[in-house]
Amino acid sequence: MSAMADRMAAGRVKALARAELTLFGRSKGMIVTAVFVPLVLPVSVRTVAEDMDLKGTGLNVGTVVLPGAIGFSLLFAVYSALVGVYVGRREELVLKRLRTGELRDGEILAGTALPAVTTGLVQSLVLAVACTVLLDVPAPKAPHLAVLGLLLGLAVCALLAAVTASVTRTVESAQVTALPLVMVAMVGSGMTVPLELLPDRMASVCELLPLTPVITLIRGGWTGELSVYETIGPVLTALAWTAAGVFAVGRWFRWEPRR
Amino acid sequence: MDTNTNVIEVTDLRRVYGGGFEAVRGISFSVARGEVFALLGTNGAGKTSTVELLEGLAPPAGGRVRVLGHDPYAERAAVRPRTGVMLQEGGFPSELTVAETARMWAGCVSGARPPAEALELVGLVRRSDVRVKQLSGGERRRLDLALALLGRPEVLFLDEPTTGLDAEGRRDTWELVRALRDSGTTVLLTTHYLEEAEGLADRLAILHEGRIAVTGTPAEVTAGQPSRISFELPEGYFLGGLPPLGELGVLSHEVDGRVVRLRTRELQRVATEVLVWASRAGVELRGLDVRSASLEEAFLGIAAQEVGA
Repeated sequence: MSAMADRMAAGRVKALARAELTLFGRSKGMIVTAVFVPLVLPVSVRTVAEDMDLKGTGLNVGTVVLPGAIGFSLLFAVYSALVGVYVGRREELVLKRLRTGELRDGEILAGTALPAVTTGLVQSLVLAVACTVLLDVPAPKAPHLAVLGLLLGLAVCALLAAVTASVTRTVESAQVTALPLVMVAMVGSGMTVPLELLPDRMASVCELLPLTPVITLIRGGWTGELSVYETIGPVLTALAWTAAGVFAVGRWFRWEPRR
Repeated sequence: MDTNTNVIEVTDLRRVYGGGFEAVRGISFSVARGEVFALLGTNGAGKTSTVELLEGLAPPAGGRVRVLGHDPYAERAAVRPRTGVMLQEGGFPSELTVAETARMWAGCVSGARPPAEALELVGLVRRSDVRVKQLSGGERRRLDLALALLGRPEVLFLDEPTTGLDAEGRRDTWELVRALRDSGTTVLLTTHYLEEAEGLADRLAILHEGRIAVTGTPAEVTAGQPSRISFELPEGYFLGGLPPLGELGVLSHEVDGRVVRLRTRELQRVATEVLVWASRAGVELRGLDVRSASLEEAFLGIAAQEVGA
């Protein structure tokens, strides 16, 4: 019975995701921001990374650029893109209409998010391969940490996109409301400047930002220099953000436009 | 399932919006299986606010709703597979085609009809490859109806199903609703078209300012209303020249310039007396209009309370 219910739920999410994927393919703006921006930005980070003094950090240009590039992908292809999608569907009354049917709330959010999350996943894999080939990054020493980091990153970004959508009134203003997290993450989450290069006190604050544990885990996946003890902190931080996101969405997500 | 039970039961239902506005102020009614029930009212009367509670989109601020024996909000999973909903405004991504929209929705409904069959029911098959944004308002309403019918629902909620449709589209929708009723579907619809309620509904309720002002079959609702006779007074005659109105069974009268309007529950008697009087006096009653009580009378009478209140 429950297996059948699960199968039906999966079928519903699939039907919704398929429609979203069609819509994704028809929106040129979405394709540009979601596909090209994250693939182009890392190139500029590379020139900065080449000037960094990385001695004694255990890092090289590759292990600075690659986690940052994946971070960009999460921020633009997943987070920013999804804020716009959620707001757009809400303002078109699509979310309200979907809620009249058998779909559960979580299924609606998941189905809507699936194309963007998949884009983020595929981009990350492409970036990993590209960096390995072009920047002579060695194979990851602890790939399970990189995978864990990426999955947590996708979950946190999708959830925070739904939270941001709750405080966003129009698709146009989504570009503004998404900005704070994008800026903070780019500066403070180790995407452009590794935390290892920051003063200790600032670094310990930055460790609590939503994307920092994600970048830390992905970087640790490649360097293999995170002990089990050092892994617990980032994992707990990421899980805390996931739980906070789930709570906030359940409590504040807006399913229809303000009257 | 016991066929005698009410499919929809509403008891002392209330809905209050965030700003404190009380849109639904304690209404009760029930709808039996296979019945078409219409909620009639002016804009802002509380129709949509009520239907959304029945659809389970929001919890009531007070009172109780049961659809097929379940709370449609708290027991969503038990109710939704058996209901079909058409919102007042369809929410469809504008860049999907009609067929893609129907296919998506079909994937989200258990025991769905083939999408093409649902589109066929509303006559949209030849528009299958058209994007939603290119549809006319009426076509969008029909697409919404098709989606509501995809899951072969036992209970159908239609919020203003014919708004924006042309006369032909409206007739088609009415025929479809009748056919669904004949096959056992229970239908709850809202409308501000009186003829729609009169022609389609087995029973109806007129909502006014969040309360039910009258409810019953269309015949019962109109029976409570007086009939109307109006005509122009001939030259040289005054109201006093008519037979005494009170004795005729006239409830009230008004004179507007030379036009006289009489309201009565004894239409035949009053009309006969007036015509006999005119015949004896040898005068012609211009603009003579004799009409039975109608839903329109009832509706306008209730809507007018707003001004009087």
